[in-house]
Amino acid sequence: MQFSEQWLRTWVNPALDSEALAHLLTMAGLEVEENDPAAPAFSQVFVAEVLSVQKHPDADRLNVCSVNVGEAEPLQIVCGAPNVAPGIKVPCARVGAALPGDFNIKQAKVRGIESCGMLCSAKELGISDEASGLLILPADAPVGLSIRDYLNLDDRLFTLKLTPNRADCLSIRGIAREVAALTGTELDPIGIAPVAATISDTRKVTLAASDACPRYAGRVVKSVNQAAPTPDWMKQRLERSGVRAISAIVDITNYVLLELGQPMHAFDLAKLQGGISARFAQAGETIKLLNDKELALEPDMLVIADEARPVALAGIMGGAESSVEAGCRDIFLESAFFTPGVIAGKARRIGFGSDSSHRFERGVDFDNCIVALERATQLVLDICGGEAGPVVEETAQLPARKPVALRVSRVAKVLGVQLSADEILGLLRRLDLACDIAGDVITVAPPSFRFDIEIEEDLIEEVARLFGYDNVPVQPSSTRLFMLPQPGNRRGKAALRNLMVGRDYQESVTYAFVEEKWEADFAGNNQPVKLINPIASQMSVMRSTLLGGLINALKYNQSRKHERVRLFEIGRIFNSTAADGQPEKIAGLAWGGRFAEQWGTGKESVDFFDVKADVEALLAPRTAEFRRTSHPALHPGRSAEVVVDGAVIGVLGELHPKWVPVYDLASAPVVFELDLAALTRIDAIRATPVSKFQPVRRDLALIVEENLPAESLVKAFDSLDNPLVTAIKLFDVYRGKGVPEGRKSLAFKVLLQDTHKTLTESDVDAAIAGIIRKAEDCGATLRV
Amino acid sequence: MTNNVQAILAQGLAQLAATHDPQELENVKAHYVGKQGSITALLKQLATLPPEEKKTFGATVNQAKQAFEAALVARREALAAEKLAAQLAAEALDITQPGRGQGKGGLHPVTLVQQRIEALFSSLGFEVADGPEIETDFHNFEALNIPKDHPARAMQDTFYVEGSTPEAPLVLRTHTSPIQVRYMLEHQPPIKIIAPGRVYRVDSDATHSPMFHQMEGLWVDENVSFADLKSVLIDFLRKFFEQDDLQVRFRPSFFPFTEPSAEIDVLGARGWLEVGGCGMVHPNVLKNVGIDSEKHTGFAFGIGLDRFAMLYYGVNDLRLFFENDLGFLEQFR
Repeated sequence: MQFSEQWLRTWVNPALDSEALAHLLTMAGLEVEENDPAAPAFSQVFVAEVLSVQKHPDADRLNVCSVNVGEAEPLQIVCGAPNVAPGIKVPCARVGAALPGDFNIKQAKVRGIESCGMLCSAKELGISDEASGLLILPADAPVGLSIRDYLNLDDRLFTLKLTPNRADCLSIRGIAREVAALTGTELDPIGIAPVAATISDTRKVTLAASDACPRYAGRVVKSVNQAAPTPDWMKQRLERSGVRAISAIVDITNYVLLELGQPMHAFDLAKLQGGISARFAQAGETIKLLNDKELALEPDMLVIADEARPVALAGIMGGAESSVEAGCRDIFLESAFFTPGVIAGKARRIGFGSDSSHRFERGVDFDNCIVALERATQLVLDICGGEAGPVVEETAQLPARKPVALRVSRVAKVLGVQLSADEILGLLRRLDLACDIAGDVITVAPPSFRFDIEIEEDLIEEVARLFGYDNVPVQPSSTRLFMLPQPGNRRGKAALRNLMVGRDYQESVTYAFVEEKWEADFAGNNQPVKLINPIASQMSVMRSTLLGGLINALKYNQSRKHERVRLFEIGRIFNSTAADGQPEKIAGLAWGGRFAEQWGTGKESVDFFDVKADVEALLAPRTAEFRRTSHPALHPGRSAEVVVDGAVIGVLGELHPKWVPVYDLASAPVVFELDLAALTRIDAIRATPVSKFQPVRRDLALIVEENLPAESLVKAFDSLDNPLVTAIKLFDVYRGKGVPEGRKSLAFKVLLQDTHKTLTESDVDAAIAGIIRKAEDCGATLRV
Repeated sequence: MTNNVQAILAQGLAQLAATHDPQELENVKAHYVGKQGSITALLKQLATLPPEEKKTFGATVNQAKQAFEAALVARREALAAEKLAAQLAAEALDITQPGRGQGKGGLHPVTLVQQRIEALFSSLGFEVADGPEIETDFHNFEALNIPKDHPARAMQDTFYVEGSTPEAPLVLRTHTSPIQVRYMLEHQPPIKIIAPGRVYRVDSDATHSPMFHQMEGLWVDENVSFADLKSVLIDFLRKFFEQDDLQVRFRPSFFPFTEPSAEIDVLGARGWLEVGGCGMVHPNVLKNVGIDSEKHTGFAFGIGLDRFAMLYYGVNDLRLFFENDLGFLEQFR
């Protein structure tokens, strides 16, 4: 809501400067977003009359003017404006004037002729972009008056960012009422007198949907001059409120809306057929609105209709066919109250709203309809002439204003500050709220202009607002204190993040909405959760994998010439829209060197096994089984599903080479994605004693078929369940000389230890023999 | 004879001093004090001498032998020290070369700020809660006292998800407030949580991202007042920005789910800066989740984590947080 400070001050004029007034409003919950001068600073510019105009002897485009600035002698001023003429009144900057843009007026010779000032365009004064000629002032402008005073330029434009509950402040009148309450300054009485009817013409009004429109007032005004010009004072106030002046009748309705907060509408009486009714639209009805949009009406849309058709979308916009246009002689003025719930949401549904719908959906003062109608009538008669008929008004059940009870003790409980009943009453009465007190309970009757006072807390907010949020004391709390539980079987996300950071991964945050294609390519998901109103087509579906975002980030960083990229992300994925269909995942991506390029580490690229180690570190102390898998994103020979306790908790692998060119990558990264829940649960740790006896190590090199998974040997060894064997670890894989083609040599370290005694040679031999038998069962031979 | 002993000793000591090789040193030792050594030979002569000479000559030879052996030990140690010194010199590194191995990654700046805030609030006993990001209209709006078609819905441009029905629309949560609804539906007071998470609104420019991060806070108990709200949030903001005299103001505002409501501003170098919204939990919200609003009161607040990260790290474009440019992210190691 934008408005002119001076207009407000005609209603209430507290002894506060502009800045203090803005602060007052902001701290009362009417946030002043902007507070700008109506015109830039300038000085020494006066209303002047051009007495005579003569061609400059040495310049075709210049004129030498004699200008009356209200002094005994006229000034001689050289002027280049095309519209300069004898008799016009224009702004004149005198010698010594400072104009916007650091432009100082000095006495000077222009092509040899003395010039004692400058006649100004609107642009030169910084009040509009009009630069085609001098700003011509009305003929009755008083010569010699400062132009700032004459055009009322020492004004400021306030822009309020009003919250939806404060519809009562969507007018000068409403803001003035609030300022009066906040400062204790007197509010000027409205002073709007009823306009007596001079003709008897009326239109019948019917409330056919009285819950939606419980009050409708209207009035015929005949023989108006539709073409009458809008007075400058009104134009100026409209413009300073951000409303463009259009034509007198429209401007008057807009003016009353701004002044009193009551949306008004004027119909061309000649185009209304018979009586008016406020009713819901019927199936199949359409209307062409003032903005030329053709609208198919729906049954929950309230319309104003004549006896033939809808003529306005109630509370939102008038119809084009019945609008006041050139040639209109007689009008019908409307001032109604529409129930907020009926108007709410409609503007959004049809894709456009209006100043009117903005107010009606928040709540308009239903006791103000007649006052506004009288005001508008008077303005029409003053500006356009004509003869007014009597007010026609129909009223049904208006919104109830139930008394709200406020307990003094509740104020203390909610605000944490002790206020006496008298203090509270004093604050509420400043708001013009009618209050009664009985014991601890104050009963308040909400006024018709407030739609946000329904429960006790609403009044507590009013009390707090007027008391001042700043005045609520800050004190140590007296509430109970509890420590937070620290479950031993949980591991926080922070621990996992730190682990990834320790392994040289950078955390990233990618969008949860992705390109539909990513879902198909990286998750095989052809039915992703889709957005109805995506912001862009490449952000149209919800991800069911974090991989797409990481691969996209890889591409971005490759294009920025990074040679090594290691990223991870923790975030939700969306298998379905259900609350339990949105688990959190942790995913990682590694591309480039195994190590950052440095001396002495070799130049190998990161591979499957490097990232497998990262996955194993995330899982530790649990161990996983890695099973060959087929995953749409991954290389079939270089990928695995990660299985813990029999459940698949994620995947790991090199990106499928086919995606490398498709996604414009330099080469394939290794990626993984795991269920976060599988990593944040950890088993409780119970310590076991450490053996005091020496461990024995034996190494076994086993030659096996190339395609035999190392894991299958480890599993076979584990099945021995020999308590003496404390660990069997693969420590080398060898192919080449000494090993037949198509086979590989796997070297295992076997650690043996007894908790009760030193192992004998024969104990060890027996255990190793058992392991070798198991290996042979798997087709392995001992390498010698 | 005595002169002969001194000559042999002098010769022996000279040989020891001239020897640089440990093996050769052992040869020198054998030459003088070995079985066939010249000092050993002198000792053997003793037996042949008369008793009075035996005594004095014996003492002389023994002194010579001791002197030789002492010199031998000293020479051995000197050679060992020389050898070690040479080895150390040979093994010396250019210790200015960089360390080798895997480097260290880093956390996202929003995570860093989130962890900082979580640490501050957990020190006051606030627990971290979370919830789904595709939310029902009930949890995101209705339960928070934002009925359908309420003008407040226009304050938040909402993403809708396919599968919605007019009766039960599904949305991407527009704020973290539905987490408080879910938490309160499952717990009775005392409730003391913070809920950080991703939220979504149809908006995109230098200061708006369609996905961003918020953190909700909620404290409901028997005597939680607006004064407590102010105390906790002022304390938090001063600790977060590490500025004990940070000016904080609470400005009346409107949120459907709190009453009274306030915007929180802090005074920065360029004037007041809005950093969040807060208020006393609306009785309708408590009613919707089955908490007795007569007995219990509470406050809720919401802040933008991205905004806090921007302020904390001096980042001026929100979009940097979601581009994942390593050049940007690696500053936060």
